[in-house]
Amino acid sequence: MGNASTPSQLPTFDVAVVGGGLVGSAVAYGLRGSVNSIAVLDEGDVALRASRGNFGLVWLQSKGYGMGAYSRWTLGSVRLWPQLAAQLLAETGIDVALEQKGGLTPLMGDYEIEARLAWVNKLMSQPGVEPYEWKLLDHHQAASLVPGLGPDVTGAIWTPHDGIVNPLKLLRAFHIAFSQSDVRYLPHHGVTTITQLPDGDFVLDTPKGRVRARKIVLAAGLRNGELGRMVGTHLPMAPQRGQILVLERTRRLLDTPMVTLRQNDEGSWLVGDSQEDAGYADHVTTLPILATLADRAVRTLPALREVRAVRAWSALRVRAQDGFPVYEQSASHPGAFLVTCHSGVTLAATHAMTLAPMIAAGALAPELDTFSTRRFHVQKT
Amino acid sequence: MFRRLDAPVVQAAGRTVRVIVDGVALDCREGDSVAAALFAAGVQACRDTAVSGAARGPFCMMGVCYDCLVRIDGRPNQQACMTPVRDGMTVQRQLGAREVAV
Repeated sequence: MGNASTPSQLPTFDVAVVGGGLVGSAVAYGLRGSVNSIAVLDEGDVALRASRGNFGLVWLQSKGYGMGAYSRWTLGSVRLWPQLAAQLLAETGIDVALEQKGGLTPLMGDYEIEARLAWVNKLMSQPGVEPYEWKLLDHHQAASLVPGLGPDVTGAIWTPHDGIVNPLKLLRAFHIAFSQSDVRYLPHHGVTTITQLPDGDFVLDTPKGRVRARKIVLAAGLRNGELGRMVGTHLPMAPQRGQILVLERTRRLLDTPMVTLRQNDEGSWLVGDSQEDAGYADHVTTLPILATLADRAVRTLPALREVRAVRAWSALRVRAQDGFPVYEQSASHPGAFLVTCHSGVTLAATHAMTLAPMIAAGALAPELDTFSTRRFHVQKT
Repeated sequence: MFRRLDAPVVQAAGRTVRVIVDGVALDCREGDSVAAALFAAGVQACRDTAVSGAARGPFCMMGVCYDCLVRIDGRPNQQACMTPVRDGMTVQRQLGAREVAV
């Protein structure tokens, strides 16, 4: 414990990023170059880790219903993704297996088609949405993209912008980049207290001692509500559990990923997109959900009936109460930035290339005003 | 590398079972798992991995490591260590990831 040392003796960094998952890592990765010294403070192996439980979509079509700016922000990241993947490969030698060949939301029956079509039309007509190409496909059009598509899939929403990446390779690539570029990764440094000194610097208390930084970025996933309070922000969090069923590796069959079903670069299959309010219980999976996932997967692609399930897990989506991202610099504690979102994979490119430079420069651009926590403070009439 | 423990009791108890491994007849004992029979016959590698194509053989012998996957009677990705031998069974080396017929 280094808590006895005075603030002037503490290890001091230009920026301390609190959170070593995909969101904090992408920001820290992007800060290099414009910031001299960066620390990434992380918890240990046992933590709520959305970054190790997610589906790995780089996905646009379902984003922004209720907040047009989120759709535009996502589109920007999707466009930057090839550059991020190329840079990570060049720097770390890790191919994160980005594929952006278009993606589908499979729909079963007239009710689902009509409901989804109305939903997409409404999403696309909102202010702030930058129009992009999308189509409602019929069964035959969808089957031309997905060999063996089941007859129950009577339609699908398609965009050319959607894709996939290998999320575990992405997290690893970021961390390899840290070790190659003097970003200090500090595990077991879960932050317990944040204090701003009179000179503006922050002191972060952790079980492994204190760290001092000129700026801090709170990217601690579901802990951002609690940490945000320490810098005067009110961020209500609402975790949402997702369960994923993993099928054994097969030869490559599916080149067009779906929001509920994808094949990984190394051959295994992920079946997912369940959404439950289950508090913080990320350590259990439940048969009714897994059975529903499996049923929908084999109706989507009947050949999967022969393919065995090998694993299942739960993870918690990092969600603010309204499901949209939060980007904000604290008004009461300038120099403290909040970054919260559930699409840490999709937004990784823009977090590294757009958001991180703003944080380095000390101010978020006005286009991010929409994402501040002020939206939670609307006075009731 | 592996050999049977030739306890006479074990010898006497075992009925001979004939399986076909990659087209070649192999006599083994009733009660053997496919993995044990392969080891007894000197077969160390029974598959090539799905990602890199590296050779693999049975490792844990208790159903958890999935390194002993073989094709049994035409079915891919069967665990050799968890499958008892049967007369007439065909066992084939699993080459890379299994296929899915669409």
